[in-house]
Amino acid sequence: MIRMENVHKAFGDNRVLNGMNLEIAKGTSMVIIGGSGTGKSVALKSILGLIQPDSGQIYVDGKPAGSGDRDKFLARFGMLFQGGALFDSLPVWQNVAFRLLRGALKRPQEEAREIAIEKLRRVGLKANVADRFPAELSGGMQKRVGLARAIAAEPEIIFFDEPTTGLDPIMSGVINDLIREIVVEMGATAMTITHDMTSVRAIADNVAMLHGGVIQWTGPVSEMDQSGDPYMEQFIHGRAEGPIEAVR
Amino acid sequence: MNPIALLARLGRTALAGLAAVGRAALFALSAFSHMIRPPYYPREFFQALLNVGWLSLPVVGLTAIFTGGALALQIYAGGARFNAEAVVPQIVAIGMVRELGPVLVGLMIAARVTSSIAAEIATMKVTEQIDALVTLSTHPMKYLVAPRVLAALITVPVLVGVGDIIGIMGGYTVAVQNLGFNPAAYLKNTVDFLEALDIISSLVKGAAFGTIAAMMGCYYGMQSGRGAQGVGRATKGSVESAAVLILAANFVLTGVFFSL
Repeated sequence: MIRMENVHKAFGDNRVLNGMNLEIAKGTSMVIIGGSGTGKSVALKSILGLIQPDSGQIYVDGKPAGSGDRDKFLARFGMLFQGGALFDSLPVWQNVAFRLLRGALKRPQEEAREIAIEKLRRVGLKANVADRFPAELSGGMQKRVGLARAIAAEPEIIFFDEPTTGLDPIMSGVINDLIREIVVEMGATAMTITHDMTSVRAIADNVAMLHGGVIQWTGPVSEMDQSGDPYMEQFIHGRAEGPIEAVR
Repeated sequence: MNPIALLARLGRTALAGLAAVGRAALFALSAFSHMIRPPYYPREFFQALLNVGWLSLPVVGLTAIFTGGALALQIYAGGARFNAEAVVPQIVAIGMVRELGPVLVGLMIAARVTSSIAAEIATMKVTEQIDALVTLSTHPMKYLVAPRVLAALITVPVLVGVGDIIGIMGGYTVAVQNLGFNPAAYLKNTVDFLEALDIISSLVKGAAFGTIAAMMGCYYGMQSGRGAQGVGRATKGSVESAAVLILAANFVLTGVFFSL
């Protein structure tokens, strides 16, 4: 469903993606792991067209990403941002129903609000949160609202950017479980980037290890511990020694 | 430093300056094109009207009334040196309408609105809200920039008009209360002296300055770097650029209206 072929991206002298290849099958959950600054977010944003790769091809359902109607293309995606990226000036329900209040998917306001409240319930938040502003919510609640917004328009593909960063272990577990449940329930294709191994085991069908701008290893999560790949093993066990330099 | 190196540095600086002007010009063109093409976001537009126009009224009013009052005192004191104290109403009127009203309102809008727009959009960029807008199929230029620039284009001339009137009334109050002018004669002299072109030039300047103020806020916000420092730089740069461009545009527009 999503295919990245020989994708390169540099920022000045810093070559972030260096011929990245990756394939994500429809309806599966792919988790990309790797250290900070290894290009995980760049890869994800390249698929969405938020960042233009210098070279290489990205295909979604066999068609080049970004070709054709951009709004229709983006309407297939939902995304949970690392910091939530909720709009401060809008109440929670309008954040969740943002896509349903404007553009091609526009619904009557009452209907959009009902859908927003239903999605908030789905991520474990009560209806009374709907009229609060993002700044009034805790980090965990903001992540849940971000998740509700990502799924509000029932997208076919959902991206999760560091979904558990900054959360305590219990809240991380809650978010991981929610992501897994929602992805399975919706039959969506999911791509998650994280360096939290608990999240990897909870969310992934398949795992890809990104380092040096290329995928070092990819395979089913069940084979991750026996990969035999030195990058993968160092990362999984959090060792300072190995092919990945501890100081980057 | 050898002359060639100096020349190279000057060249690089000039090229960087021209590139920045080009980027800002392209941004402005893009903003105007998004302003006239659907989809439109009326809620954001009305919110911007409120922020730029209505909520700027107190600061504009206070600036204008004190400036008008001070202007009356200055003209009276200066005019007394050559027995021309009687020209206070005419000079206050022309000074406020043709020059001080639009410029001071423009600068107050740069301080109040440009800074707030730049800080808001820069924070949105830093916290990935701009990226989130894109993923939600919403163009940031249409949703964030076009409503703000259009609101400033419409409301700042109104603010300038209000500022002109309040400034003249500030001068009137000082002249009548402190300088012994006859109230009816003061108002008659003011109205008789002003021409349509004075008022038109004031409102045109207001529209130009409002557009510059909002455009600079949006431009610097969208170009912001990372972190709190990026937001700070964007805010500072937007106000500096807006203020300088407003004064430069004032010079150009005054020249144009003088030649009419």
